[in-house]
Order: sequence, then structure tokens, then C-alpha cells
Amino acid sequence: MNSSVIVFPGSNCDRDIAFALEKLQFKNTMVWHKDTTLPKSDLIVVPGGFSYGDYLRSGAIAAKSNILNEVIKAANDGCLVLGVCNGFQILTETGLLKGALLKNKKLKFLGKDIYVKTINTDNKFCNKYKKDQVLKFNIAHNEGNYFTSTDHLKELEDKNLIPFKYCDEKGNIKEENNPNGSLNNIAGIFNEKKNILGMMPHPERMVDQMISSNDGVNLFSSLLN
Amino acid sequence: MKITNAIVEKHGLKPDEYSKIKELLKREPNLLELGIFSAMWNEHCSYKSSRIHLKNLPTKGKQVIQGPGENAGVIDIGDDDAIIFKIESHNHPSYIEPYQGAATGVGGILRDVFTMGARPIALLNSIHFGSTDHPKTKNLLNGVVSGIGGYGNCIGIPTVAGETKFDSTYNENILVNAMAVGHANKNKIFYSKAKGLNKSVVYVGSKTGRDGIHGASMASAEFDKNSEDKKPTVQVGDPFTEKLLMEACLELMKDKSIISIQDMGAAGLTSSSVEMASKGDLGIELYLDKVPCREDSMTPYEMMLSESQERMLIILEDEKEKDAKKIFEKWDLDFVVIGKTTNTNNLTLKFKDKTIGEIPIDALASKAPLYERKWTKTKLPEKKINIKDLKKIKLEEALLKILSSPNQSNKSWVTEQFDQMVMTDTVQRSGADAAVIRIHKKEKAIAVTVDSSANYCKAHPLTGGRQIVCESWRNLISVGAKPLAITNCLNFGNPENPKIMGEFVECLIGLKEACEFLDYPVVSGNVSFYNGTNKKNIDPTPVIGGVGLINDAKNKINHLLKKEGNIILQIGKTFGHLYQSVFFKEIHSITEGPPPEVNLSNEKNNGETVLKLINKKLIASVHDISSGGLILALAEMSLSSEYGLKIEKPQKLSNLMEFYFGEDQSRYLLEIEPENLQKVTKILNENNIFNELIAIVQKNYFEMLGEFKINTNDLYKTNNKWYYNY
Repeated sequence: MNSSVIVFPGSNCDRDIAFALEKLQFKNTMVWHKDTTLPKSDLIVVPGGFSYGDYLRSGAIAAKSNILNEVIKAANDGCLVLGVCNGFQILTETGLLKGALLKNKKLKFLGKDIYVKTINTDNKFCNKYKKDQVLKFNIAHNEGNYFTSTDHLKELEDKNLIPFKYCDEKGNIKEENNPNGSLNNIAGIFNEKKNILGMMPHPERMVDQMISSNDGVNLFSSLLN
Repeated sequence: MKITNAIVEKHGLKPDEYSKIKELLKREPNLLELGIFSAMWNEHCSYKSSRIHLKNLPTKGKQVIQGPGENAGVIDIGDDDAIIFKIESHNHPSYIEPYQGAATGVGGILRDVFTMGARPIALLNSIHFGSTDHPKTKNLLNGVVSGIGGYGNCIGIPTVAGETKFDSTYNENILVNAMAVGHANKNKIFYSKAKGLNKSVVYVGSKTGRDGIHGASMASAEFDKNSEDKKPTVQVGDPFTEKLLMEACLELMKDKSIISIQDMGAAGLTSSSVEMASKGDLGIELYLDKVPCREDSMTPYEMMLSESQERMLIILEDEKEKDAKKIFEKWDLDFVVIGKTTNTNNLTLKFKDKTIGEIPIDALASKAPLYERKWTKTKLPEKKINIKDLKKIKLEEALLKILSSPNQSNKSWVTEQFDQMVMTDTVQRSGADAAVIRIHKKEKAIAVTVDSSANYCKAHPLTGGRQIVCESWRNLISVGAKPLAITNCLNFGNPENPKIMGEFVECLIGLKEACEFLDYPVVSGNVSFYNGTNKKNIDPTPVIGGVGLINDAKNKINHLLKKEGNIILQIGKTFGHLYQSVFFKEIHSITEGPPPEVNLSNEKNNGETVLKLINKKLIASVHDISSGGLILALAEMSLSSEYGLKIEKPQKLSNLMEFYFGEDQSRYLLEIEPENLQKVTKILNENNIFNELIAIVQKNYFEMLGEFKINTNDLYKTNNKWYYNY
């Protein structure tokens, strides 16, 4: 499977996610933000980091970059797109995913391990997980507080477009286990066709037991399924 | 403009220093030249009070590739791998503007490391604030922590370890020390020494603005009531640009284009150009019209003294300009040839075709003032307290009070503001005795820690200096690493005061003795004097950054209890030294008396034996016993694990408080599976190491028969609430 990782000058999880993809036997290419064409890809990854410094709204400038035009085209043609952390923020700024990521409710950067529960596993990204599985992931963000309109939130729930929700160690989805204030404890969402996934937690940080856990492996191996 | 006494004073130069300038120049300087002298001769850049003492530190060893004197120290960790690291202070700016001060402290130390060809792989910090009821402390804590995080998180280097402390000695002068650690190929290390004539001197990175002018001079004076007015001398950080600069430099370093490279840190363009020329025994000529400026009509004086961040000076090989420029253009950074090397041995400054300043390089560097300041010895304080006279307190009450005190509280409020995981090689995050970072795509890992013990150093600087090196050494051993070398950040008060100078000199002697004995040399460091306000000096606070090696990351170990039924053995003898302990301070408000004694040969023997046991895989967890003594170390082992302990009181115990809260040195706690106990005690006995059974691992309760039984969840909550309620 061919993957492309988009590299903005301020991306800082590009190496990590490429390393994870290669570990799982993806044929990966790094794509520079000034490029105007994408290599043939089955999966496009928009990684975490601070794209262009994010001194404006996170991801706002990246959404207008040359390469994002190509990503938008590919996504609309059905290519799989994964946006992690800053990548999720960028995808909402392009409109590929609806809603926005606001400042964390406590207004501070938050870097810690959290738990998420798998809500929808009937999709390309999560088919190797079991439903209602509790996964340990790591988050590291200032703006991860997912917000959207009431109508869209209803649509996300009704059409089962939420793959992960924040929960406690046992899988209880409660407000006190919501690290950043996201509506309905949302940790990630799909577009309607479920070919685009945006998520705040970093699956690429969880592909090595020595570091923390292997709970991110199935996200990548699902794609190979 | 005529140079008056008032102008000289404003530049932080003493009258006799000004006379020396005139003597060296054989004329009066102009204002630009005076500014340059002021930037180079201040304490921060010239080390004029500390140089004669620093040279006594042990800086050599098999493991050392580069000791002090370069941007950072370099050590060998086997194969082609080198670790490059340094710690530096940003105390004064952080007190005036906490967010930017702390952020640019991180930025500055990162540049020191990647300038030498290393990719930074870890950040650490040691931050000291005033007492928690001081009106400024909360704001400073908030600003500094988010500033450190803001910079490191954005550039994408994990912040993995550190210490956060509170004491009224820092009420008017906080400490913000940042350490960066990088990994490089040992055959591809870059130095600042210029070589060759007529080589292009290239300016890369951010544009020069008016921020930070005379920052280094500010950092070389005590604060007074007007310190708030010094905000414009604090630089503004831009981690995004630093990321670009780092990537561009590392990309350029793959090729053989660079002769010499130096970051523009304190005293900006002035110190970087002088340093390169001085080390290369050359002159340097700069065309200041070419300096990329952020603002219109900046004067040469401002350009030479600006401390704008994220800038570098590079001397390039002939004909490499075009390729190098391409790299910096790719990263959207300025790349301008602003000068060349010369054989004049002068710093020559040109502006609009006129020479506007010319100073012999040696006048700024090797001939800078050097002071042998007066100093006085600190006597070992007497032991005057009879423990039996103190107000009685229950062990449980004292323990809970200490666990919930600001200094001993869980620091997750701080560390959760840092990205500890980016780069995905953090094998052990903060909260342990040291952090462990795997070398990317390899089996080996390094362990890193920062430590300080200001109250020990205040009570008896010589012992304190020794102790802090041992503490650092012990922390690395406790994660299974062989300690290799240190960097130090020496935070002291006003060196013109003989008592303060004495604290400095004696701490350094202690440091030297311990480093020599433990083969734990100093490879880089920084001195920060004049920490104080209105003649009130801070307690002497040398901060040690230690680096050790773990050959296989799988062998790293930590302090968390692993299994029910396991045995906790204490090694090293407990004498019950309570002077300068957390117990005396927090429970009885006693701050007098001597620090615990440091026996270097016990330290070495105990540490090396523990490391041997870890490598033989006979140990399930390890924790060193430090501030708070035995009981706190035991509590820490159960705090973040699902297990508690059943603590067994020794048969003959003269005093419960002395035994459990004493801060005797060279001690560790080892968790051992029962079947390994015999093997372990045999090795300990062979090495003449005192050991005794202290506790048994059990589920759910932290317990001492006849004293207390605390649910481990409650213990955790007690330890975890202070920051969130502050």
C-alpha cells in the first residue's frame, strides 16, 4: 500500500508517523508542502506539528497551501486521508471535515496518555479493532476541543461517524474523562463517506510496547486489510 | 558623541574597566565600540569572576570528545554515536517576562546543541520560584511553564525531565535553567573555530530586530526597583523559525560546506563573530548594511547588540555559497554574506562604505578582565537541636503533610504542559529518577536528569557541591544507566560579595572532588551571577545536568512497584541526619545545621553495585533515597503503581523520625523477587554494602504496623492536589 506524508515546515510528527507506516510495511513517500503534485497514494497522511507556526488559527494557513489543493482533490476522489492532531485541525480548516478544534477547556497545552473507546469499527481505518475496545493513546495539543453545530453533531452520532470517544480506563464515557472539552467526548470524526479520518490522539506514538503501548498498530494495519 | 562617565556606567562598565579599554585601543572608543566592549566584558559573556575557578573542574575522560569552551559538550556513547548537551540559565529575562524569557531560554540552548551538528532529542529544565504565597509566584510559574512548553512543543523536541521548586530565596529572582541534549555522528561534529582567509561570513535565520539589546548586560547586574522597566531587553521567541533554522542547518551539515558555525546567543552578532575569529586567531570584517533587519533605520549599534533569536553565523568553504543558499531558501530563511575573515586580527565594522568601528579581537576575548575576587570560607554549621525537645508529631501526619507540600507534590500539572512523546523514543518519561531516551532506530538509550540542592549548598557549599553531583549520579544509576558526564548551571548571587564568591568557590571544589572521584567529568556549563535584588542574594544553586548510557533500552528500570510479595531492601546505612531535611523544614520550620555528609567511596561502591545488580536482572525496581528520606522514597514507589507496601519497623530503632525522614546519602531502595534475595544479598555482602529488609509489596495499602494504613489511592490524591488547587 502506498502512503504519502505531507510535510509542512513546522510539521514535527512527520518522521514519527512515517516510521510507524514503514514499520507496518507501507511504501511511504514524504511530500514537501511546496510540491504541486501528489505521488500515487492509497493513503495520504497530514501529520501533527505546527504547520506554519500556527500563530494564526491552527492549520488556517496550511489549509491554503499548494499541496492541500491536491489533497482535497484526492480526498474528493475517494482517496483515504488521515489527519492527526494538527492534521485534524488542517482538515477542518479545509472543510474536508466539518466542525472546528477550539482551545482546550483549561486553556493549557495538554500532553498525556488518555483512553479512547472504539465506537465505529465498520470502516477502513478501524476494522481490526473490536467494537467498544478501550485503547491507550497519547494526546499533545493546545486546540483539541472539538466543536460543531447541533445539526452536524446529531448527524455524526446518527450516521455513526465517530470512531473514537474519550473514556476512562474501563471504557466509561464521562465528562471527567474528557481531557479537552470536546463535544460528546469526541476524539476523532469521519466525513460522510468515511474515507477521511481526523483525530486528536496520536496513533503513531503507540506502535511500540517499549514506549507505551501497541494500541495504535491496528489503525494502520486495518488500512492494509 | 563624547563618551561620558554616565554613558560608561550605563553600559555596566566600571571606571577601571573603561581605562583598560582606552589602553587596549590606545584611544577613546566611539559609542558603537563601547557597546561592543560592554557586551563582551560583562560577566555573562566574559566569565571574568569565574574563569580562574572553572579551570579546576575535571573535564577529561575516555568518554569526552569535547569539553567546555564550545557551544556544548560532546561525549562518546559507542559506535559512531555522540551525545551533545548543555544547560544554560535564563533567569533574569524570565523574571521580567516569564513566557518569553523561558521560551527563549529553551530556544537558545537548542541552538547551542544543533549548531554542533546534533539533532536535539530531549529537553530538560530546572525551575525555581519564590515562596508559594508570594504575590508574583503564581504568575511566574504559569508563564515559565507555558513558555518552556510553548517552545519545545512547537519545535517538536520532547521535554522529558526537570525539577520545579519553591523557596522564598527566589522571591525576587527566579531561576529558569534549560538543558538540551542532542544526538550526532561523532565524525560529523561542527565547531566554532574560524579557519582560512577571505572566507565568506554568512548570516542565516531570522531578521535582526531591536529586541534583547543589552540583554547580556542586564543578566550581569542585580535587579533593583526599576527592573520592570527592562522588559525591552527580553528577547521574543519564534519556535517555528527555530525549527526551520534547525532543519536547514542539519541539512547543510550533511555536506562539507561549513568551516565554522556559531549561534547568535547572548550579545548576538558581536559575540558570535568575535568568538569565531578569536578561536581561529583571525580577524573578521562585517558590512553592516547587509544585515537583514526587521525594522527600518536600525543603527549599527543596535545591530551589533540585538539579541534577536533564531540567528546563526556560518563561515563557508569557497564556492559552497550557491548550494547552501538553496537550502536556506527552501526553508524560507534569510541567507546573506555579511562579511569575510581577514588577517588583521581585528573586528572591523563597515557601514555605508565607511569603517565605523575597529577593535582588536583579543581585547574583546582573551584580554577581557579577569578577577580573582575575594572569598570567604563557610564553616560547617553545628548541630544544636535535640530531637527530643521538638514538638511530637505522628509519622503519618508528617508524611501526609510533606506529600502534599508544594515541593514534594506530584508535578503532573507542570509536565502535562510538555509534549514528552514526540519523536517516539521516550522510553521513560518524567516522574522517575531520570528520563530515558532511546537512540533512534538503535537499541541503546541515554538517561538524563537535572538536580539541585540549594539548601545543602547554602548550609555548607563544599558538601553541597559534592552532594549534588552524587545525587545526579544516583538518579542515573536508578534507571539502569552508566553515568557518563555532566553539564552545570551555576546560579549564584553577587560575586563582588566575598561570602557569595566563597559559596561559588567552595561549591565548585565540592563539584570537582565528586566529579573526579566518580569519573563523571564536566563537559559544558554556564555561570549565572548577580541573582538577587536590592543586595539580597539567592541561596547558591548549582544545577547539574547528568547524562548516562544504557546499552540496551530494554534494560531500563524505574521506581514503580512491580509485584505483590516482592521484597524491598534498603542499601546504604541510615544514620538519621535530619538537619537540612525536608522534615525539619516542612514540619518544624528548622533550616539550620549541616547538610548530610557525603562519603564518595560509599557512593561509588553502592552505585556501581546497584548497576551490576540491575544488569544481572536481579532487581524489579529501584529508587534512590533523597529529599524526604526513606519514608518518602517508599511512598513514591507506590504512588504511581497499583501496589502499596507493608513496612516493617526495624527491631532497634532509636528514633522513628530520624530513621524515616533522615536524608543520609548514598542510599537506594531495591525491589527484589523473593527467589532472587539470596543472590542479591550475597553480592551486596561481597561488596561490603549494608542492607536491610524494609518492606514487602502488597496490594492497595501503604502501611506500617502500629503507625498507619493508607489506601494507595488516597496517598496518590494527597500527593496530587496541590498544583490543581493553587
